[in-house]
Amino acid sequence: MTASTIKLTATPEDHHIAKMAAVALGLTVLENAIPSPLPGVKPGLANIVTLIVLARYGWRMAAWVSLLRVVAGSLLFGNFLAPGFFLSLSGAVFSLAALAISMHLPQRGFGAVTHSILAAFAHIAGQMMVVYLWLIPHSGIAYLIPIFATAALVFGTVNGIIAARFIDNVAQPNTEPHA
Amino acid sequence: MNSYEAIRSSIKAGDWLTLLLGILCVVLITLKLWNGEQADRAIIRSAGKIFKEVPLSRDTQIEVPGPLGISIINIEKGKARITSDPSPRQYCVRQGWLQQAGEIAICLPNQVSVELTGSQKKYDSLNY
Repeated sequence: MTASTIKLTATPEDHHIAKMAAVALGLTVLENAIPSPLPGVKPGLANIVTLIVLARYGWRMAAWVSLLRVVAGSLLFGNFLAPGFFLSLSGAVFSLAALAISMHLPQRGFGAVTHSILAAFAHIAGQMMVVYLWLIPHSGIAYLIPIFATAALVFGTVNGIIAARFIDNVAQPNTEPHA
Repeated sequence: MNSYEAIRSSIKAGDWLTLLLGILCVVLITLKLWNGEQADRAIIRSAGKIFKEVPLSRDTQIEVPGPLGISIINIEKGKARITSDPSPRQYCVRQGWLQQAGEIAICLPNQVSVELTGSQKKYDSLNY
């Protein structure tokens, strides 16, 4: 009996996407260990990776990394195709859509912080929409929007600053000798 | 370069603009969604049926008959309260003045209630 082998050829770019997605996945796991006061309010550290990939390699690769992270993360936590997975997915898709637009802002004035804040807002907007249309079709959830919006602004800003630090360090390696 | 400068240097001019607009949006959304709407009408019910609907703009006193006796409802300066009620525990009287849309005082034994409404119904623990 001859074993048939399926061979997939992976380009160096594929390897790179996988590595970046793995880093993002690691941050997701780390983040799940942090207790949250309200389900859904979390820092979204994995998005730092998405922002760095966006700045260095463009939107297509950022989308790959982000979506791979969502799918692999759901397999890891055992909620693939469960409501939580679709919430993550909708958040990621909306964030990527926002990034696709905001990346065309003039790079001189708008950096990772802007992209991060806009993506964070798009993230909760997408999630709230899915929650409203599918899970809880009740206008009472509007009451939670200010909490989620505040969290998005705070975490979006912090993640953006962290991402900007990484991006800057690569752009000007000599300015930060101790980093 | 200390860490404060490091953070400042990673935020560009446009980023400050985005941050400012973001804060503005969050504040506006919060004010819009969390501020109780001012009530403009009071719906008075007796035995589950609407007994009377009155505007809060006019000061008045209404007497509502129930199975135990008469409940007196006062409306003053855009607020409403149940002033007197024959119920034994007086919960609805002690609730005091109602001001925001969605607020409600119920005298269960006498089957009388006062509910404030605005142009839009607000959600509270009763109908959430």
